[in-house]
Amino acid sequence: MPDTAESIKISPPTNADHPVIDLQRLSVTFGGRPILRELNGELRGRAIGLLGPNGAGKTTLIHTLLGFHAPSSGTAHIFGRDIRGDANQIKRFIGYMPERDAFIAKMSCVHFVRFMAELSGLPPGAALERAHEALFFVGLGEARYRNLDTFSLGMKQLAKLAQAIVHGPKLIFLDEPTNGLDPPARTRMIKMIREIRDSGEANIVLSSHLLRDVEECCEEIVILKDGRLVTYCNIEEERRANKKFLMLETRGDLKPFVSVMSDIGCEYAIAGDHRVKLILQEHTEVRDIYKLAAKANVQIRRLSYKRDSLEDIFLKAMESGTV
Amino acid sequence: MAVLERTYKPYAGTLAPEWSRFLIIPRDALRDVFRSKIFSGLFALAFLWPLVCAILIYLHHNVNALATMQIPLRDLLSIDSSFFRLWIIVPQGYLGFFLAMLVAPSQVSRDLTNNALPLYLSRPFTRTEYVVGKMSIVIILLSAITWIPGLILFLLQSSLEGWSWFSANIPIASAIFIGSLVWILLLALLTQAISAWVRWRLASRAALLGVFFIPTVLAGIVNEIFATHWGDLLSLQWLIWNVWSGLFGEYQEQRFYIDRNGVEQLGTALNGPPLWSCWLVLFLICAACLALLSRKVKAYEVVK
Repeated sequence: MPDTAESIKISPPTNADHPVIDLQRLSVTFGGRPILRELNGELRGRAIGLLGPNGAGKTTLIHTLLGFHAPSSGTAHIFGRDIRGDANQIKRFIGYMPERDAFIAKMSCVHFVRFMAELSGLPPGAALERAHEALFFVGLGEARYRNLDTFSLGMKQLAKLAQAIVHGPKLIFLDEPTNGLDPPARTRMIKMIREIRDSGEANIVLSSHLLRDVEECCEEIVILKDGRLVTYCNIEEERRANKKFLMLETRGDLKPFVSVMSDIGCEYAIAGDHRVKLILQEHTEVRDIYKLAAKANVQIRRLSYKRDSLEDIFLKAMESGTV
Repeated sequence: MAVLERTYKPYAGTLAPEWSRFLIIPRDALRDVFRSKIFSGLFALAFLWPLVCAILIYLHHNVNALATMQIPLRDLLSIDSSFFRLWIIVPQGYLGFFLAMLVAPSQVSRDLTNNALPLYLSRPFTRTEYVVGKMSIVIILLSAITWIPGLILFLLQSSLEGWSWFSANIPIASAIFIGSLVWILLLALLTQAISAWVRWRLASRAALLGVFFIPTVLAGIVNEIFATHWGDLLSLQWLIWNVWSGLFGEYQEQRFYIDRNGVEQLGTALNGPPLWSCWLVLFLICAACLALLSRKVKAYEVVK
């Protein structure tokens, strides 16, 4: 093994000019059966959630972006580089945590992570140093000299994360990272993913069928259904767009109040003795509601936005089936 | 840089040269292999025979030693191409086969069983580099016991015999190198292909033995029944034997035969099927092994 390092420096790609992932009519077919169908979209988020029911094509999309499967038509670009022509260059900036158990037998954890770093091109010394750092980062510092065969499922997941980040990639694909983890381990894993995201040093693509994981980690989501991209949105923007839906809890006679609201053009629905749902018009502000309620001698005890949860977004996407 | 630093950091240092990355695989595999005392012992024993050969070569040139041991020079083997082929390349080649059988069968199968291929191939590391890396485990080990000691013995003989012997017998050196390399490449490809398709280590060792010895029996039967040499093409053992003989210039032999007029004549006869056919079959076997490897060495198999 050469100890002398070549004077190539990694030139990290910047996502200022290019989207993280640019899908251009990407299709993948296996044995004549379409698995991904003409996916289009520019994904730019720091953390992108890949959602979809089982068999929707999430893992196939990740594998295609990693160069494991050749697109049957169309292509994709990662940081502006074409997955068809620049696969080897792209892999320099990518980290991948597979869904299934994936190890090299008869190795201690630190040896395994170091080996992976060396395969990514790090010189032996730097690889060993970074392997230790990555293992401390994921919380396996104390267990790093243990053989991987003796690890629990949760520890194996952490070791997989360590090998995915050891070479400091700019884009990390995490395929079902919380699979098989107990609640505390899941919380730790989510915390680490958020730390990586918040460091601003790497973009993350998180594939999961657990909406909660995606909701806690991601800013943007891509929802796949039957190999088609049915939704691509920014979760926060989607929620903001739904800020005009209000739920009020009141005391007093509701009739004069809802009548006034109706007069100014707001739709309403009474949801019980003291509850009313409102859809505000563009020009109506929340403070106007308080003023009108005071005039109608109604107390507003609680006012909450009826925000769409990720589950709502997901279910809508599953029902509509279109972008 | 502190080891205990617990933040995510990109790597901004230099990279190892791309051409050398495949060597990471044999480096780690060899470290693992030599942890076994049995293997280390066998590997050390593999150098015993070349040592005996070195003593034989030395005795050839030391009249005093022969006189002391009361061995007449004519009773010693002559140091020529037959000596290098039959006493060095053939025994060392067979020993190499058994070493390869111990080391190679688990190399690819272990990665396939543990789903390690996605980890390799998601990095700037190609399938070719993976296969070359795995093959180089066998190549390095077997080189150390075949052509390297063979060439050292050739140089020893040359140094004792003189420059004229060296220049007259250069083809022996190239035969040692090429013959060993063909054998090593064949073994490396075959063991990796078997390892990729037979995941159970014992079964893959048995398959390797079967691939070498069962066709040899078949070849013998075919040769006997049809009174021919073409059956040799079925047997890897005979193929490599013929190729070695060809490389050492010993494939043809002088034989007496009866011509059309019933007169006994001295002529040249082949010891087997034409040499080109042996090379061709070896080439086809290597191509088949590569095809088998290419079907299995993938990040993920697509199940139809």
